[in-house]
Amino acid sequence: MDLYELTLHELQEKLYNKQVSSEEIVKSVFARIKEVEDKMQAFITLDEEGALDRARKYDARGNLSSIAGIPYGLKDIICSQGMKTTCASKILDNFVPFYDATVAARLKEAGGVLIGKLNMDEFAMGSSTEQSAFFPTRNPWDLERVPGGSSGGSAAAVAACEIPFALGTDTGGSIRQPASFCGVVGLKPTYGRVSRYGVIAYASSLDQVGVFSREVRDCALVLNIIAGGDPLDSTCVDIEKPDYTAFLKDNIKGLKIAYPREYFQEGIERGIKDAVKQALLKYEELGAIVEEVSLPHSEYALPAYYLVATAEASANLARFDGVRYGLRDFEAENVIQMFSSTRAAGFGDEVKMRIMLGTYALSSGYYDAYYLKALKVRRLIKNDFDKVFNDFDLIVAPTTPTTAFKLGEQTGDPLTLYMNDILTVPINMAGLPGMSIPCGFAEGLPVGMQLIGKPFDEGTLIKAAYAFEQNTDYHTARPDLGVK
Amino acid sequence: MALSIQEVQHVALLARLNLRKDEEEKYAEQLGSILQYADKLNELDTEGVEPLDHILPVFNVFREDKVNPGPAREEILANAPLVEEGQYKVPKII
Repeated sequence: MDLYELTLHELQEKLYNKQVSSEEIVKSVFARIKEVEDKMQAFITLDEEGALDRARKYDARGNLSSIAGIPYGLKDIICSQGMKTTCASKILDNFVPFYDATVAARLKEAGGVLIGKLNMDEFAMGSSTEQSAFFPTRNPWDLERVPGGSSGGSAAAVAACEIPFALGTDTGGSIRQPASFCGVVGLKPTYGRVSRYGVIAYASSLDQVGVFSREVRDCALVLNIIAGGDPLDSTCVDIEKPDYTAFLKDNIKGLKIAYPREYFQEGIERGIKDAVKQALLKYEELGAIVEEVSLPHSEYALPAYYLVATAEASANLARFDGVRYGLRDFEAENVIQMFSSTRAAGFGDEVKMRIMLGTYALSSGYYDAYYLKALKVRRLIKNDFDKVFNDFDLIVAPTTPTTAFKLGEQTGDPLTLYMNDILTVPINMAGLPGMSIPCGFAEGLPVGMQLIGKPFDEGTLIKAAYAFEQNTDYHTARPDLGVK
Repeated sequence: MALSIQEVQHVALLARLNLRKDEEEKYAEQLGSILQYADKLNELDTEGVEPLDHILPVFNVFREDKVNPGPAREEILANAPLVEEGQYKVPKII
């Protein structure tokens, strides 16, 4: 077995026992990348020389943490000092941050080896990574299919064993949906669990940074490092953070699991429902109490989400104006013209569309009818979850209505593409932690099961995910990329 | 129902986006259909429901008023498209 095939915790053990060096791991990972990256197109930026340099420094210095000496990638929305950060947009094509996002700084301090930046839908707006201004990423299980999005590069690179773990961001499903499509573990922590400082904002009340890995244990190890209060992000809550590896126990006896009937209705592919129902039976077998519940406002989450998210985006993306960084139209004669033509040239279609929608929803005369209405509905959605969590520890549902779709299949009508998020956006609207783990296959494509927890109770997600993983073998399946 | 071209042009001005004619037509159509979908929210009676604009209890976060080292001006300006005498340069405003 080559080093690149090992999981984070397996690599860590080998490093700890001095069976391998970080340099050897990084070399193995780059050999793998050379082998498959032409097909995958997961990375926007790769820094082999810098990564080898960081690995050698680690080797000289020794163990610092559970991720020390381990290579990883960051979604290209996360600022990395001295490494280009594009947000997969032409408007930031040449942007090199002079500082690290807090999550990047924490991984760096812990001794992790950043190897590159991962492809995504432009400004995290999309569900297929086809909205990248540069190129689409492929799904390693079927190269004709999308990896999901917006964190498609992160999910695909981890699934294709190009890296053992990666960070992504999730505003309406952008970690869980690609994790599901690519058959890996994807965790979106509670809103406020992980700092957003230095992460280019899409919708500030919904965005959250999280982890992709091939096994649940790895996810817990990385969460241990990135979670926790940050003086640079006042929405990142400084409350006690448990050791997440303490939840890696194969015992869920008595755990109360709810499955919402609205998440199993028509529109959800048969193969997906079947796989998740099987998983629920497995949970019962393992001693959990499983009951059906209702989240009656579920169908309103998606329209409310698109109003809230685009309204916030229209404000957040106002900063891209050609003054301080990025693209500029030098032909414009006055400043308003410069803003407008720079933005027209720099943003892609979906981004413009969402800025327009958000601007409309916030504009005079429509604010109450759209934005305010959506915030009221958001309250109802959160109340639904609160009610269920009075009686249950965990909610289980499918992550996506379909398995990975083909490239080009959903590029015409935005509403069709938005439907991909129907099972994930309610969790962001309520600020809850959500996780997708592999729970089977439908016609050869991975199916993801979504675990939804109480606020700041990532521990229960990890526990339930780990118990499932220990008693099944879906997480050991690897895509065949026709090499080796 | 599609938005009017005038409405699209007004929103594009507010959003500081130059749109081509074909884009105006496309967005008139697409915004119209998304807003129609959003009208679904009107099925719900939200009279008396407090809007949820922040998921966590919002409170002010205070810190000591002490000076922390910040980045150097040159570092910040390095990404700017046009700089003169240590400042951002933009076209004429007035």
